[in-house]
Amino acid sequence: MKKQKNIFSWQPDRSKYPEKKKNGKLDIDLSSGKFVKLWQGPNHPGITGNMSLELTISGDEIVDAKTHVGYLHRGFEKLMERRLWIQCFPTCIRMCVAEPDYNEYLLAKSAEDLSGIEVPEMAEWLRTLVLEMARLQSLLRTVPGQAGTLSLGIGVQWGVYLRDLVLDLFEELTGGRVYHMYIIPGGVRGLLPDGFKKRMEEVLKKIDEFVKNIENLMYNNIIFKKRTIGVGYIKPSWVNKYGIVGPNARAAGFKRDVRKDYPYLKYNELDFDITLGKDSDIFTRSVVRKKELLLTLDLIRQIMAKMPKKGDIKASTPNVLHWKIPKGETYVRSESSRGEYGFYTVSDGSKTPRRINLRGPSYTHAISLLERLLINANIADVHSIMVSLQTCPPEIER
Amino acid sequence: MMENIIKDIQSRFKISDIVNTRDNLNFVTCPKQETIVLITHMKKNLGFKHFVLMTAVDWIEDGLFQLTYILNNPKKKLDVAIRTMISREEATMESAHKLWRQVQTYQRELKEMFGIDFPGSPRVNENFILEGWNDIPPYRRDFQTKEYAEQTFFPRPGRETNDPSEYMKKNLK
Repeated sequence: MKKQKNIFSWQPDRSKYPEKKKNGKLDIDLSSGKFVKLWQGPNHPGITGNMSLELTISGDEIVDAKTHVGYLHRGFEKLMERRLWIQCFPTCIRMCVAEPDYNEYLLAKSAEDLSGIEVPEMAEWLRTLVLEMARLQSLLRTVPGQAGTLSLGIGVQWGVYLRDLVLDLFEELTGGRVYHMYIIPGGVRGLLPDGFKKRMEEVLKKIDEFVKNIENLMYNNIIFKKRTIGVGYIKPSWVNKYGIVGPNARAAGFKRDVRKDYPYLKYNELDFDITLGKDSDIFTRSVVRKKELLLTLDLIRQIMAKMPKKGDIKASTPNVLHWKIPKGETYVRSESSRGEYGFYTVSDGSKTPRRINLRGPSYTHAISLLERLLINANIADVHSIMVSLQTCPPEIER
Repeated sequence: MMENIIKDIQSRFKISDIVNTRDNLNFVTCPKQETIVLITHMKKNLGFKHFVLMTAVDWIEDGLFQLTYILNNPKKKLDVAIRTMISREEATMESAHKLWRQVQTYQRELKEMFGIDFPGSPRVNENFILEGWNDIPPYRRDFQTKEYAEQTFFPRPGRETNDPSEYMKKNLK
């Protein structure tokens, strides 16, 4: 793959840029007047949540970057160690605001795996539907959000409106808009309401239209292309080196998707291909996400068509107030809109978990990868690069 | 496939407590001295190129920390989780930051949250999430979250607090 040159950042005269010391660190002397320290965030419209970047800049080029988190730390993993398994559900969902349903699915799946509980088929279909709806509402923010970083704000407004329609469906199905707690150990909380399928189709049709508009607004737009093609390039060799997953890895040509590689729920009964890109820049990552948005629409339609109309939605489980999960440990994963999302769970046989650890894609994307990717980038591209990685700070500081 | 990998590492390292959780997931325990060599072997020779996660479990009753490294082989679609036990009193472990770039972030977090040191790991002593923390590392089992919150913060007036299990018992009657 040919590396594209970032025409906006590369300055031919390198004499004023810092050299490396013998220990490998950059020789940055702030008193020389050549460099400026600039804090971007934690409260900044270009930041993807509560995190900040400590940037060292020379002219308009970044020479060093450090990610700082900790503005949102609530100690969820620790809190869950002191709670009954069932009480962990309202806690764990807050580890990722953008897609809370993956947390409840993974926690339920961990408890079921450790206890040997089989989930009824109908519940598996409903879980698949909810996870795809979660991906849909997340992508409705992220895809136009990329245009938002370049001041194409109208796309964001369309996306927020449509996301609200998906949240209406969530509210109808689960009673909650953002946090749902619909997936519980053994199954789910309820069946689809009457007429849900029809209302879902109405929303999906509106989103189909939105994708056409987005095509013109973003991918046929010369400003968007100029600002994103060749910018934020991720070398394919970094994918394993930095632990890159999800659309960021797929945009670099890596055919990796948990839904295909480690099929869970009903994904092996659905017909779909992994979306791939090859240029690995912001533009390609954005196109991959747009294709995934279309794929999600298709998967939701397939699920609605294939799902049985009736069936058990919950397996029998012990009284949740006295439930002791057998001693053991497991790791379960799923494919969120940002990539591999997993729970490592340890039970000591008591009523509370011994340890629950979340593996979120942002942990690597927003720290080690972003810090590397920002070197030599133009300061105007920082938030665009960050949004293209789809970082989500809450999953870093669980 | 997994059997061959387990046989291979069994023949080279002193691994024990092999638990086959799923067809594609195995847990093994390895002595502290051999762990990083084992991880390097799995990465270089057995195709475990994707580093999934690294975390610690506090077994306070045994005076031990369990460090868990989960490695993934993307081609063969297999996971191996390597456990290693280290003393709580002398909580240090060899650093694996040279193998994957993101490992230093995990180690930095473990230093802050569990007090486990990884000498030589870049920026391991820098604050990660906490700032100005002067208590014991908060993810250790002996750190009492509730007591700390009660001593540090003030309850907001007008709020009613219920013990969830008592509350549920009362309401389920």
